[in-house]
Amino acid sequence: MDDELAISVRGLRKAYGDNLAVAGVDLDVHRGEVFALLGPNGAGKTTTVEILEGYRQRDAGEVRVLGVDPARPDPAWRSRVGIVLQGTGEFDELTVAEVVRHFSGFYPEADDPDKVIERVGLGAKAKARTHTLSGGQKRRLDVALGIIGRPELLFLDEPTTGFDPEARREFWELIRDLAAAGTTIVLTTHYLDEAEALADRVGVIAAGRVVEVAPPNRLGNRQEALATVSWRTTDGTRESAETATPTALVAELGARFGGEVPGLTVTRPTLEDVYLRMIGH
Amino acid sequence: MTTTTKPAAPVATVPAARRLGAGALALRQGRLEITQFLRSRESVVFTMGFPIIMILIFASIFHGEIGGGVKFTQYFITGMIATGLMTVSFQNLGIWIPIERDRGVLKRYRGTPMPKWVWFAGKVIMVVAIGVAETALLLLVAVLLFDLKLPDTAAKWFTFGWVAVLGVTACTLCGIAISSLARTARSGSAVVTPVALILQFISGVFFVFTSLPAWMQQVAALFPLKWMCQGLRSVFLPGSFGGQEPGGSFELGRVALVLGLWCVIGLVLCLTTFRWTTRRDG
Repeated sequence: MDDELAISVRGLRKAYGDNLAVAGVDLDVHRGEVFALLGPNGAGKTTTVEILEGYRQRDAGEVRVLGVDPARPDPAWRSRVGIVLQGTGEFDELTVAEVVRHFSGFYPEADDPDKVIERVGLGAKAKARTHTLSGGQKRRLDVALGIIGRPELLFLDEPTTGFDPEARREFWELIRDLAAAGTTIVLTTHYLDEAEALADRVGVIAAGRVVEVAPPNRLGNRQEALATVSWRTTDGTRESAETATPTALVAELGARFGGEVPGLTVTRPTLEDVYLRMIGH
Repeated sequence: MTTTTKPAAPVATVPAARRLGAGALALRQGRLEITQFLRSRESVVFTMGFPIIMILIFASIFHGEIGGGVKFTQYFITGMIATGLMTVSFQNLGIWIPIERDRGVLKRYRGTPMPKWVWFAGKVIMVVAIGVAETALLLLVAVLLFDLKLPDTAAKWFTFGWVAVLGVTACTLCGIAISSLARTARSGSAVVTPVALILQFISGVFFVFTSLPAWMQQVAALFPLKWMCQGLRSVFLPGSFGGQEPGGSFELGRVALVLGLWCVIGLVLCLTTFRWTTRRDG
């Protein structure tokens, strides 16, 4: 059922001179899924995504995006794909409403510009020249331009870089909204909490290869990993133990201390721990 | 199947019908470019204002005649019109396109279903609209302040028309082509300004062309500006002045030939070298 795949990639390779940026990536993204591509700078994230977006040519491999080879993008395919790039240019002299309205003219199934502006939270800024927007507001405009054509598939390249925590939460809500409406979303990010909060599945990319693909809570067998129980002994030093049965150990500690266990913590490897191990730190 | 989760969007096999026709898309793009140009104060002052300021200065300095009862203004206006047309096309595009490319504006357009040619059409519409407005303003200033005599026959206006169209076309294409030489946003004006300035000096914009050294005249004859000026002289100067041109006449056939050739050269350069993204951006 190829139809259920929004993206299918086999053996993707891309080199810049001697530098092999993408060294054989395999990837499937299902329709309606939120997929996060996670990886350090220079891992090949952006190169991979830009090949999928039809911006770059690949050296080798099979790629299908919405059933089409993105190496030969045509307007019909472009109208089904929304793209939010990193740091794309603004139209300094134009207002938010003018830019969104202009771009809506490129798409056959365009959404109502005013509605989209409202939806990304720029309603109050519709008449403002884009150069007066803050960084976060410019990013919202980027998203407005990415979704104005009502895409089936939306690419977001590091969408919340430079956001304050509140703006990020609001942005996540917007992404969840789009996902709930059935849009397939592929996002790249540095932020592990972002991948964890938004993605149905996470692909970790390191040194040009996909190291693992899994739901965020299963990445690196996180669920099955041993828990670490840590507490303070009576002489003040910290002690810890790795165990598959943390509840039993906590109960035993409770009995030993006759009540509260001083400084008790129970942790499992965070996504960050798992991720850092995977990319080789 | 996941049909229930699919948003309302065209299916792959059905080619997406654009809501807007090709002509409407191009006109919208042109309107957007003109709006951006007019709202950018630097563009308006330097592109539109420059030739007008120059004609004010020149006409105020040189009150005399170049002979035969023809005022200096009548000669300089041809250079100023040609310069103005070159500024609005060659310099304007050569400076702004690298900025738009560097900022990623072009990359953003490439990610939409907009056909590529629409973007070029938008630039051309902007250049033509601004070029017409600027030339009209220049003529108005010269007529009101310096008694410029406008062409008095339909044939001269026709020549004015085709020289301007061919000249602007050649300069527009060359402006788009040279924009690919600039590596960054800021280097656009460093690439274009000296080229434009040198051409203005050697092509008879600031001086009477025939008073320039012969070798300089020959270098200038390789480029479009000299021929634009010469074509415009045939429009604004009496026919008897043709005999003083280097070729013994206004050589309108050769004007058309050289400008046409530059259109072809510019087009080939555009098609082979144009970049939607910066070099470091692949």
